[in-house]
Amino acid sequence: MSVRRILPFIAVAAIALAPFVLSEYALTILTYIGLSSIVALSLVLLTGKGGLSSFGQAAYVGIGAYISAWFTLRAGLSPWQTLPLIVAVVVVGAWFGAQITVRLSGHYLPLATIAFGVAMYFVFGGSNFIGGMTGLSDLPRLKIFGFELHTAGQSYVLVWAVLLAFMWGVANILNSRTGRAIRALRGGVLMAESMGVDTIKAKVQIFVIACVMAAITGWLYAHFQRFVSPAAFSLNQGIEYLFMAVIGGAASIWGAIVGAGLITSLKQVLQDYLPALIGKTGNFETVAFGIIIIVLFHVAPEGLVAAIQRRLGWTTRPQKLSASAAELTRRTGAANGELVFRATNASKAFGGVRANRDVSLDLHAGEILALIGPNGAGKSTFFNLATGVTAPDAGEFVFRGQPIKNLTPRGVAALGIGRTFQHVRLLPDMTVIENVAIGAHRRGRKGLFSALLRLDRGEEAQLLAEAKRQLERVGLGEHLWNEAGSLALGQQRILEIARALSLDPQVLLLDEPAAGLRFLEKQKLAELLRELRAQGIAILLVEHDMDFVMKLADRVVVMEFGAIIAEGTPREVQNNPRVLEAYLGGAE
Amino acid sequence: MPVSAYIAGFLFQDGLASGALYTLLALAITLVFALTRVILIPQGEFVSFAALTYALLIEHKTPGTIYILLLLVAVMLAVEGARGLWRGEARAALAGALRAAVLPLLAAALTYGASKVALPAIVYAVIAIIMVAAMGPLLYRLVYQPIARASVLVLLIVSVALHLVLVELGLFVFGPDGARTEPLVAWKLTIGGVPIAAQSLVIYAVSAVVVAALYVLSERTLYGKALRAAAINPTGARLMGVSSAMAGSTAFLLAAIIGAISGVLASSVTMIYYDTGFLLGLKGFVAAIMGGLASYPLAAVGALSLGVMESFAAFFASAFKEAIVFSLIIPILFWRSLATFRMEDEE
Repeated sequence: MSVRRILPFIAVAAIALAPFVLSEYALTILTYIGLSSIVALSLVLLTGKGGLSSFGQAAYVGIGAYISAWFTLRAGLSPWQTLPLIVAVVVVGAWFGAQITVRLSGHYLPLATIAFGVAMYFVFGGSNFIGGMTGLSDLPRLKIFGFELHTAGQSYVLVWAVLLAFMWGVANILNSRTGRAIRALRGGVLMAESMGVDTIKAKVQIFVIACVMAAITGWLYAHFQRFVSPAAFSLNQGIEYLFMAVIGGAASIWGAIVGAGLITSLKQVLQDYLPALIGKTGNFETVAFGIIIIVLFHVAPEGLVAAIQRRLGWTTRPQKLSASAAELTRRTGAANGELVFRATNASKAFGGVRANRDVSLDLHAGEILALIGPNGAGKSTFFNLATGVTAPDAGEFVFRGQPIKNLTPRGVAALGIGRTFQHVRLLPDMTVIENVAIGAHRRGRKGLFSALLRLDRGEEAQLLAEAKRQLERVGLGEHLWNEAGSLALGQQRILEIARALSLDPQVLLLDEPAAGLRFLEKQKLAELLRELRAQGIAILLVEHDMDFVMKLADRVVVMEFGAIIAEGTPREVQNNPRVLEAYLGGAE
Repeated sequence: MPVSAYIAGFLFQDGLASGALYTLLALAITLVFALTRVILIPQGEFVSFAALTYALLIEHKTPGTIYILLLLVAVMLAVEGARGLWRGEARAALAGALRAAVLPLLAAALTYGASKVALPAIVYAVIAIIMVAAMGPLLYRLVYQPIARASVLVLLIVSVALHLVLVELGLFVFGPDGARTEPLVAWKLTIGGVPIAAQSLVIYAVSAVVVAALYVLSERTLYGKALRAAAINPTGARLMGVSSAMAGSTAFLLAAIIGAISGVLASSVTMIYYDTGFLLGLKGFVAAIMGGLASYPLAAVGALSLGVMESFAAFFASAFKEAIVFSLIIPILFWRSLATFRMEDEE
């Protein structure tokens, strides 16, 4: 614990002391490590946290380096004048690139970045005005307040200062409302959108940030190396950056330095010794890297830093929550018995199968309505229509007297309709409280820049306090700082309810909340739902467990073959001949 | 620059020949992805290795692919033996590994023997293909099978790592020099005033045969149906007695064979270096992506049009040929993103 707390300070102190004790040669290598670390850090944000992988970061490093090289050599600008130019070009370029690429699912993005990396290499190499394959040389050194950075030690100080600043910024972003939205991406687009997160926006943000970080690295590189050529920005370099991020552990900020340090120094050592060992020249260090990566994924797929942390038993430390944070503003609740949600003639066909035919139901504040039916009756289809996951062929959904116009998961969430998932969807390696705070996303407003400069702390405290309140409400108050994945399935289902409650919902749509729960867990769940009902929330329950439903629900709607066949109190439904027939088969 | 019908015709048939090669690669990539979820970046190495093996056999030199194959066999035996020892079932593990080593060792022996005697070029071509084919299942077993359940992304990163390893091993055993072979068929014919090398016709024909064979295998045979079942639902297929390891092994065998065939064909059209296959393979990817990594016909159409576009790009802006070809992926991906955007994500 104590070692852990002081470790970052030791690291920073060691970084600060290095120029006084190390040789020029060692400092040069450390400068390269620092440069690579910035790019690896950009990939920690993009890949490790946001789940978007890019093999093309080297191309953005190249864009930054070449812009500065050309404008300092040919247009007579100073490096400091080219910096805003680089940022502007890359922000605009990456924004347009992101519009195309972030909509792609899973593996298309990395493939696109491979193609982009190759294409940019040939663009650099084929363009004569930037020196073609030979590149540009004699770039000016950087000056700070008129003082030129001559020695490796001076460049080292600048590069590592920039790196530490970026680490601070990335940590701030991740540890915020925007950061939770980014980290929610790995839980799947559907979960994030259902909690009100604009996933496209989150993806575009991290893509642009990562590209800007890479381009600024290119700017530093160009004026440190004083020479640019296409080889330094090839696809292989882009691959190496991604390897650095995954070796260190793409989920950890310090992993970026660990990965960059390991690969850069290993490369140096292997380049020095391997050819002598094998007696022939060749890029044996590349072979060694490839093998290391393959072996790593066979034995520690989560990366070195995460593997070591797990071995040491380091888990997320509890943060101090502000006791004085004001409560977030709440919606005006519906009066008990008010009609809050209504579906009228919802229909959906998949090919020839009419999964929902004219399904209509009403849901009132302070009521538990259960939707039951045999397998294939269309319950899940209706649930998907009501939560905006699938578009209905016909029908209307009304929330508190207003037709729902934006019938998408995010639009539905914005109205204050919370949902849970049949198969639990949460972020197992994130803490319980942060998982729940995702639900409160739309109740906060602070964005990226506030987070970056820590101007969001007041609101952040409110959001976490709200998550804590909801967790205490559902009885998980003791588990705030545990990893969500460490909870039992029953607790994870309850966590999803707490997350939905963080939306400050009027309506809760629960998709088989009792599935897979043990008897006592079911009892606790029933107790919780009764409490929520008493607090005026309208609850729609899709459920298989008859015993659970009949003891809990105020009204039951029964579906079969896509249509509603019965509706009434549990007792009425249980004695309805059509329902008995549907469940037990016909008498003839 | 005005283009005469003659030049246009020439560029078109030339592009079509490259397109036919990309078609083969695109199909192999699509096949492997469908059966294993592996994005096979090392597909290009099969191409280079086969081409260089073929060229060296013709010169009666010992192809370095033998060393790579022997190295892979040795590593496989060591890794599986060690893993067996760890689990306390060393004998069974070693026996399994040895069985898997038999065919590659035979292929290596065959290739070594062939390099010592004079044989017709076509026989060398077949031997080079056998040699490279032996690598496919071996790589699957060694690298991918232990992590078959990992995410597409992890498999992709591992693929990139394997590509780096193989390409550098290729540099080590083949050296930096390229190789080019005589066409299997030397005569030329003229259609509508445009001379067409018979080698181009061979490429069209072989590609068509491979495509047809793949189609018959996957649609008309029980084995092909079993493979597709394993791709769609591994657990269900296993319950029916189809193992996903078998499906993966087969996919890699087919991919290696197809890659090797295109390597042998390509070596008569262009100079092949140890790393040429990678760029050819990437073009196969661009085409495979047009087909959404799922549709064989769309991938084939994509590959053919890619070849033709490349041919014209080389004529008008040769310095930017590769840049143009790889930038094409952006509009293609944009189009696919509009077609496939879904809320529900696969993983």
